[in-house]
Amino acid sequence: MADTADLLKTPLYDLHVELGARMVEFAGYAMPVQYPAGIMTEHLHTRESAGLFDVSHMGQARVTGDESALEALITADLSALGAGEQKYTLLLNAEGGIMDDLMVSRPFGADGGIFAVVNAGTKGKDFAHMRAAFGGKAQLHELSDRALLALQGPKAADVFTGLVPDAAKLVFMQAGVFTLDGVEIYASRSGYTGEDGFEISVPADEAAHIARLLLADERVKPIGLGARDSLRLEAGLCLYGHDMDEDRTPVEASLTWAIAKVRRERADFPGAAKILKQIADGAGQKRVGIKPHDKSPAREGAEIVHEGEVVGVVTSGGFGPSYGAPVAMGYVRADLAKPGTPLELMVRGKARTAEVASLPFAPHRFHRG
Amino acid sequence: MTTRFTKDHEWVRLEGDIAVIGITQYATEQLGDVISVELPDVGKSYKKGDEIAVVDSVKTAAEVYAPVSGEVIEINDGIEDAPQTVNDEPLGGGWFAKLKITDKSELDGLMDDAAYAQHIA
Repeated sequence: MADTADLLKTPLYDLHVELGARMVEFAGYAMPVQYPAGIMTEHLHTRESAGLFDVSHMGQARVTGDESALEALITADLSALGAGEQKYTLLLNAEGGIMDDLMVSRPFGADGGIFAVVNAGTKGKDFAHMRAAFGGKAQLHELSDRALLALQGPKAADVFTGLVPDAAKLVFMQAGVFTLDGVEIYASRSGYTGEDGFEISVPADEAAHIARLLLADERVKPIGLGARDSLRLEAGLCLYGHDMDEDRTPVEASLTWAIAKVRRERADFPGAAKILKQIADGAGQKRVGIKPHDKSPAREGAEIVHEGEVVGVVTSGGFGPSYGAPVAMGYVRADLAKPGTPLELMVRGKARTAEVASLPFAPHRFHRG
Repeated sequence: MTTRFTKDHEWVRLEGDIAVIGITQYATEQLGDVISVELPDVGKSYKKGDEIAVVDSVKTAAEVYAPVSGEVIEINDGIEDAPQTVNDEPLGGGWFAKLKITDKSELDGLMDDAAYAQHIA
């Protein structure tokens, strides 16, 4: 086991150890990379039944006050975000580079402000950036006294609504405040696996109790970060710091859809001039799915070659247990982004054939109602 | 015939002049589920310590080094089709290759069961 003594711990640390997890460092936290079942089994279980993930290392905050101060930093149209709705959005720097991707929702009703969930590795920077930019117009309340769980998979809804009947009304990208065994929770119907499921914010001191309640259902197994990564990669979802970062714009990252139409018309998001020009004229590079042809995965950092020329780099790569073959994502020259385009991936000094593949590798199975 | 181990978690078992090689149980536990194995070509010779194979697991890729010098006379291509065998039977059906050993004295520098158990403890 890695030495995790100096790392931050989530409220579920003791439970992970009790369940036999292998703990590793991730974003300064001691996190379970896998349980005894192993990544492959955990991945397939999530796609077949329901998996419980501890994502308490992520940053949770509530933003109140003048929401236009938050909107100015991101790509969403917050005036169109109704009570009980959730949106995926991007935090951009002044040059249009992606500082983070985040979920914003309105679980507390029309006047209760915005609930934001940001990535673990970026939360300190994100929240400092927001507070500085808000200049007192809006208030950011970091909810560090809350844990975050994700329950994902085709049986997640049956399990969760058994405990929280009111949550049955939620469809994909809706959120609300509910009660689970007497505990107030914020739940949204969303996730990071491509499956139906919920993300559940709970008070830190109730997290282990609620996790145990969910795990008491035999359909639910604990799932580590290893399977979380292979699940999201098959679902074609980006991992911040790998598939996108401050050097990539939403257009390059194939996330133009996350820029609300009205924000494009108003050209009032950070880096709008550069990004709108890329939308009109195209960007030099584009994020695509990549299907290696042989059995060896191409890992992050592998060079992508086309007709003898380096045209990009793999940013996520591994084996897709549900897909049954290696899967990858990466950036290629924009004229090579069409599915079926032949590529070569440099793995251990050898060129291996591959092709651009449409995303996702595993079909999304969200509950759209 | 006894099995010897390297500090990099390969094993080697001598059968006459033939050295059967593979990776240890400990190695497979560290790697997690094995999803592909690249084996050497039959007829190729390796020196002790040369990279002779590559194992890809769901987590990572790991090089396998020749525990002794010799020429590859047979490979276990069954594990290319069923890589899970490496996890299930690392010291049995999950063997990697057979080498015609060049110098049996190379085995002397490797660990026996007890020494290897201490090495991974």
